[in-house]
Amino acid sequence: MESKQNINLKLKVWRQKNAQAKGEFVTYDAKDVSPDASFLEMLDAVNENLVIKGEEPIVFDHDCREGICGSCGFMINGNAHGPKKGTTICQLHMRQFSDGEELTLEPWRATAFPVMKDLMCDRSAFDRIIKSGGYISVNTGGARDANNILISKVNADEAFLSAMCIGCGACVASCKNASAALFTSAKISHLAYLPQGQVEQNQRALNMVAQMDAEGFGACTTTGACSAACPKEISLINIAKMNREFLRASITKKEEAGGGDLA
Amino acid sequence: MSVILDSKVPNGPVETKWQNQKFNMKLVNPSNKRKHTVIVVGTGLAGASAAATMGELGYKVKAFCVHQSPRRAHSVAAQGGINGAKNYQNDGDSIYRLFYDTVKGGDFRAREANVYRLAEASVSIIDQAVAQGVPLAREYGGLLANRSFGGAQVSRTFYARGQTGQQLLLGAYSAMMRQVDLGTVELHSRRELLDVVTVDGKARGIVVRNLNTGELESHEADVVVLATGGYSNVFYLSTNAMACAVTASWKAHKKGSYFANPCYTQIHPTCIPVHGENQSKLTLMSESLRNDGRIWISSKKGDKRLPQDIPENERDYFLERIYPSFGNLAPRDIASRQAKFRVDEGFGAMGETAVYLDFKDSIGRLGEDKIAERYGNLFQMYDKITGENPYKQPMRIFPAPHYTMGGLWVDYNLMSTVPGLFVAGEANFSDHGANRLGASALMQGLADGYFVLPYTVGDYIANTTLGAVKTTDDAFKNSENEVKTEIQKMMNIKGTRTVDSLHKELGLVMWEKCGMSRSKEGLAEAIEKIKKIRGTFWSDVRISGAANEINPELEKAGRVADFIELGELMCRDALTREESCGGHFREEHQIDGEAKRDDENFCHVAAWEWNGTAEKAQTRHKEELKFDNVKLATRSYK
Ligand SMILES: Cc1cc2nc3c(=O)[nH]c(=O)nc-3n(C[C@H](O)[C@H](O)[C@H](O)COP(=O)(O)OP(=O)(O)OC[C@H]3O[C@@H](n4cnc5c(N)ncnc54)[C@H](O)[C@@H]3O)c2cc1C
Ligand code: FES
Repeated sequence: MESKQNINLKLKVWRQKNAQAKGEFVTYDAKDVSPDASFLEMLDAVNENLVIKGEEPIVFDHDCREGICGSCGFMINGNAHGPKKGTTICQLHMRQFSDGEELTLEPWRATAFPVMKDLMCDRSAFDRIIKSGGYISVNTGGARDANNILISKVNADEAFLSAMCIGCGACVASCKNASAALFTSAKISHLAYLPQGQVEQNQRALNMVAQMDAEGFGACTTTGACSAACPKEISLINIAKMNREFLRASITKKEEAGGGDLA
Repeated sequence: MSVILDSKVPNGPVETKWQNQKFNMKLVNPSNKRKHTVIVVGTGLAGASAAATMGELGYKVKAFCVHQSPRRAHSVAAQGGINGAKNYQNDGDSIYRLFYDTVKGGDFRAREANVYRLAEASVSIIDQAVAQGVPLAREYGGLLANRSFGGAQVSRTFYARGQTGQQLLLGAYSAMMRQVDLGTVELHSRRELLDVVTVDGKARGIVVRNLNTGELESHEADVVVLATGGYSNVFYLSTNAMACAVTASWKAHKKGSYFANPCYTQIHPTCIPVHGENQSKLTLMSESLRNDGRIWISSKKGDKRLPQDIPENERDYFLERIYPSFGNLAPRDIASRQAKFRVDEGFGAMGETAVYLDFKDSIGRLGEDKIAERYGNLFQMYDKITGENPYKQPMRIFPAPHYTMGGLWVDYNLMSTVPGLFVAGEANFSDHGANRLGASALMQGLADGYFVLPYTVGDYIANTTLGAVKTTDDAFKNSENEVKTEIQKMMNIKGTRTVDSLHKELGLVMWEKCGMSRSKEGLAEAIEKIKKIRGTFWSDVRISGAANEINPELEKAGRVADFIELGELMCRDALTREESCGGHFREEHQIDGEAKRDDENFCHVAAWEWNGTAEKAQTRHKEELKFDNVKLATRSYK
């Protein structure tokens, strides 16, 4: 319950004025940091001082500050969301660090995630992947009674575990190829585990994978760096499931096309 | 001059009002719908569901949000669950019972007809969510599971572990993204509404700031819907996300939308306490913890001992002592107030602003594994934030601002006092009266968006002559100029005070004088202090960077300027409401620490009208509330 002593840190932070500008690292002191503060609160304090000195504060994306909205995220010493497993940066606390440490803060690096300013990058590619098929096509109204669709607890739980993805992009940032396979597969699996999702499952897999490629994300390396960095610990099994869905959909499509030729 | 507001509640018994209203509404021909543009501001549960549904119907929808992705709206953070009067548990639930519980829970300060419609819609919401693939919790047989929540004696809450808001939002978001793909919804993210544009007295568009470039943009429409969330961040520290703001509502207020019951705010009893000056927000610990946790403090004033060193007979389980029949499950407003009273009297845990939430007895009774199974993720979250292990020592918790029942006044059709401007979700003054029951905000947002607005917006369009407007018209140009002038004014002050420091100062005044307990003196003092803060803001604020680039300091400054004005109105509203009800507790109106309502003089909604400038007092209007179905009665939990 007793708090540790306050600490001092050196921060090497990527500063980049806008998408076009060339960025560079700038070093700042974070002084007298309470171990009870969160990482973003530590940055808030650094920023307060910058504003008072008339300098521009460090820009980073954030909102809920409780690990659920997926807004926050940058690299701390090469680790997406920092050193603690299963934890977003907004939930990372300064007691994880010791006095005198030097930390390098960098934005996600990926072609499909262009840097907008400092530590903030554009992750709208994820929205376009969802837009290409990450849904079940039902209009409002006219849905049947919810209990008329029976779903085994096992499948419901699996679907939930995949649906937990917060879309932060740590998977992409941690992948050598900047692949979005974990993100895309989590949505494909979530819907594939549920009976409601099955009607459109082939088209969904084809469209979402095509969009993922079109956005400029790389191919899956199969090393699992994505899942290891994921703050929600989304499993690699999702990627295997996506590959299976995609393969089946591709074969079905070929067969259908072939059938068409014969007719 | 004050007017009596017309709620446009249809006639007839409460059970058939909405059915009849829907039947009597004029319809828009399907092929005409695409000629009508509907702007939806906000993509939380209320906004995303409204945009998706109106897109499906064929309207041309333009959706706006401040986030980079619509999926990041603060609805994503809701934990506990959503109510639905399905009676799947066969425990006597019904639409009428949910209606009854909600009216009573709101301490008789909500509109009966709206609440009934909400309870009716709750059933369809669950069906809709499941059809979309929202993975709600299931039993082994494959049926949906339920949990219990405060203020109800039936089990009607549907949930997805502790992430119900996230899952429902992803459902609404994906439905909306499907419409984006189909071309009926046009998405404008990272746009902040800074003005509502009216033409001939009707809402016809908005001015937004592009947060990526700083450019101002105008958008015209036939209807504008605001679904921009609540204003708990007026307190600076709250369970809301950092970007939650009153700005959209406040700009609409300045354009003629009355603001209703601004003083009705919900302070949630179980949150992780403030740990230091640099703290930026507070984290909720779900209400469900009070099922197995016991709340206590030392019976000695100023006791600095560690909790494990305080013997059993020197502990005061104050909720169990004061409310023997409800104990630790007393409702939110009451549990919060009692915790505050104890701390104010000097009994806070280790002399600090906190009380204990202790699981020792239930761990002893059920074992650590069982407790971990029930609350594992919450215990982990507590551990991450505080560095303390709640299996070994009691949690320290304290109430925190969480939800705002007040908001823009709307009639039964969810239209504000500005024709063509509709308000949905937490942003409207809503269906929760003076106190909201758990698991009912998600329900309300989705009811408004999926099942109410699509009808009422159509009816408005079908009944209204809407001439053509263009964003090059004077009305838009004037709005843009006003917004630009205000931004320049702020940027040019170049003073010495940071935006956050002013926000903190405001928050502290609001928390101390207009928080869990309010008094005539305190509120009058607060109003003077807030006026000073407003003066300091407009003469000494310091915003770095430029207006034509990504500039979070500027974004925050605009929001804080609006919070300052809102704060003053909240205090005035609280001062005028000479009674206690739900979350509004006036020290002068109590019976031994319990709220004392005054139904004779205050059984009404107070809706405030802006009078041109912040210096001029606003005018208070009334909407009388009638209770034809649920009898007015005093709530007691003793
Ligand atoms: C921690 C927490 C837990 C909760 N748990 C529960 C629960 O278990 N059950 C329950 O029923 N309720 C719960 N609530 C309450 C509930 O989550 C909210 O009341 C509800 O989600 C609000 O939804 P909304 O759509 O009205 O607003 P929000 O989800 O807040 O969305 C607001 C939207 O408006 C946009 N916006 C805001 N201002 C502007 C502007 N000026 N210009 C453009 N866009 C703007 C934002 O970008 C966002 O898209 C909880 C709340 C919190 C904070
Ligand atoms: S700020 Fe929302 S996940 Fe970190």
